[in-house]
Amino acid sequence: MDLQHTPTAALQNYSPELRVLLFDYTLQLADTSLILGHRLSEWCGHGPILEQDLAMANIALDLIGETRSLYQYAAELEGKGRTEDDLAYLREAVEYKNPLLVEQPNGDFADTVMRQFIFDGFHFFLLKDLQNSPDPGLAGIAAKSFKEASYHLKWSSEWIIRLGDGTEESKRRIEKALSNLWRYSGELFAMTQTEKQLAQASFIPEYSALQPQWEAHVAKVFAEATLEVPQNVFMQKGGKTGLHTEHLGYLLTELQYLQRAYPGLEW
Amino acid sequence: METIIDKSLEELFEEKIANEIRIEPKDWMPEQYRKTLVRQISQHAHSEIVGMLPEGNWITRAPSLKRKAILLSKVQDEAGHGLYLYSAAETLGTSRDQMIADLHSGKAKYSSIFNYPTLSWADIGAIGWLVDGAAIMNQVPLIRTSYGPYARAMVRVCKEESFHQRQGFEIMMTLCNGAPAQKKMAQEAFNRWWWPTLMMFGPKDSESPNTEQSMRWKIKRFTNDELRQRFVDMMVPQAEFLGLTVPDKDLTWNEAKNGYDFGDVDWEEFWNVVKGNGPCNKDRLSTRVKAHEEGAWVREAALAHAQKRAQREAEKQA
Ligand SMILES: [Fe+2]
Ligand SMILES: [Fe+2]
Ligand SMILES: [Fe+2]
Repeated sequence: MDLQHTPTAALQNYSPELRVLLFDYTLQLADTSLILGHRLSEWCGHGPILEQDLAMANIALDLIGETRSLYQYAAELEGKGRTEDDLAYLREAVEYKNPLLVEQPNGDFADTVMRQFIFDGFHFFLLKDLQNSPDPGLAGIAAKSFKEASYHLKWSSEWIIRLGDGTEESKRRIEKALSNLWRYSGELFAMTQTEKQLAQASFIPEYSALQPQWEAHVAKVFAEATLEVPQNVFMQKGGKTGLHTEHLGYLLTELQYLQRAYPGLEW
Repeated sequence: METIIDKSLEELFEEKIANEIRIEPKDWMPEQYRKTLVRQISQHAHSEIVGMLPEGNWITRAPSLKRKAILLSKVQDEAGHGLYLYSAAETLGTSRDQMIADLHSGKAKYSSIFNYPTLSWADIGAIGWLVDGAAIMNQVPLIRTSYGPYARAMVRVCKEESFHQRQGFEIMMTLCNGAPAQKKMAQEAFNRWWWPTLMMFGPKDSESPNTEQSMRWKIKRFTNDELRQRFVDMMVPQAEFLGLTVPDKDLTWNEAKNGYDFGDVDWEEFWNVVKGNGPCNKDRLSTRVKAHEEGAWVREAALAHAQKRAQREAEKQA
């Protein structure tokens, strides 16, 4: 095994500043997949069709698996002895760095599918590129999760088409979901200071290079779904810098309940 | 010598049963055998699906990421079990839609155990350990049940149920070795789930009208009381290992029968829950009905889209 390329060995050569940047970024990715995985897991047992109940649980499981690898790596980057659970369960909403999109409530099945579709395309193209990161930690996690993300994108793209080109009711619902959620798509590609610095150092891609790929996929799927890509929508942002919608606080209250009620115990 | 042609269909069927030859979907079978199987398999499928609810209740509150992933994956397995079982029942000529309609109208039953609430995290441990444990006790003999598709579905189901039981036991063990508050949580969950779990084996043999015929047809291999006894004998040492007290003052070891004597199940409670008066009967059913009704437009859209596709394909061909 090439020790230079194992995550732990690579960390020895990083400056403290680079480690902080990579920590912040890894944490942001982990928060994102955790919050979306958590939201999807709320569907479990309540899906519209048994097969889709299974599919959503599958995607949630993939995202939670990715979350765990990311938090474990973040904890290593930080080097302060925190664990994956410390990072997930003992941070306040303002410390969470996920984009606003993923914390939006499930709504109806159309809302969930639209939220997933907007995210999946971003996730897919990001992971595709991150596999080539010079940071072996991120590259390794991206390589593993990329296969899963391709399946997620396939699932949500197919449902966008079914609902868009299904019945009048499904069309009305998916259009409503689109108008609810499109305003959260811009934040995915708006780079934070951390992201800009990492992109400059070529550790992560420039999101301006991902965006056209994502737009092309959205346009293709929407055309088949007979949906129009919204134009000139004001884009909400803030999640990636800790300014969230009101929904996140409730989500974390539930997620963190036992760890907060019984501090310091093993479960 | 008698030839196959001389035998009636019924004789052939009985001969297969006697010789442990599996009955397959296309084989002739007595109408009552078919009915019994549809009732039992669909009831089992419904139990898997309704059973997702009490445990699903804790997915969003699981205390660690590892536990969250394990629990979500377990509840997902139950959905998978429901799916195989519905498919097995469909081979007998009843559609999944019909079975679900019967569940929602109250005509079909599901295991009463799922009409009890999950009040603390320890309930997730207790359910995995006790309820999946009882399910295994009930289902392992079904691997040898006379109807082929049911027997085959059970092979995979049982394998997964034993994972679930181990995971449940592990949760209980962590709690029992943890802080006093955790141990208390574990004991309380055990107290609440022990008796309802014993009820999972069904009424006493003397009051189980279907048992005799089901045993003759080799759908069932052991009686309710036999399975209940085996379960108690298996679980008491495990409870002792965990340091938990079995909530039964009549529990004593009986050397002569090489098993435990145990107190009488509260049959009044059992029948009450069967009749719909358990703490969660109304909630469980209305949750299922709500998911189904709210999903109607999704199923319609999927169907409409598939039809549009097929039509476009046909036009292209023409
Ligand atoms: Fe199951
Ligand atoms: Fe089961
Ligand atoms: Fe199970």
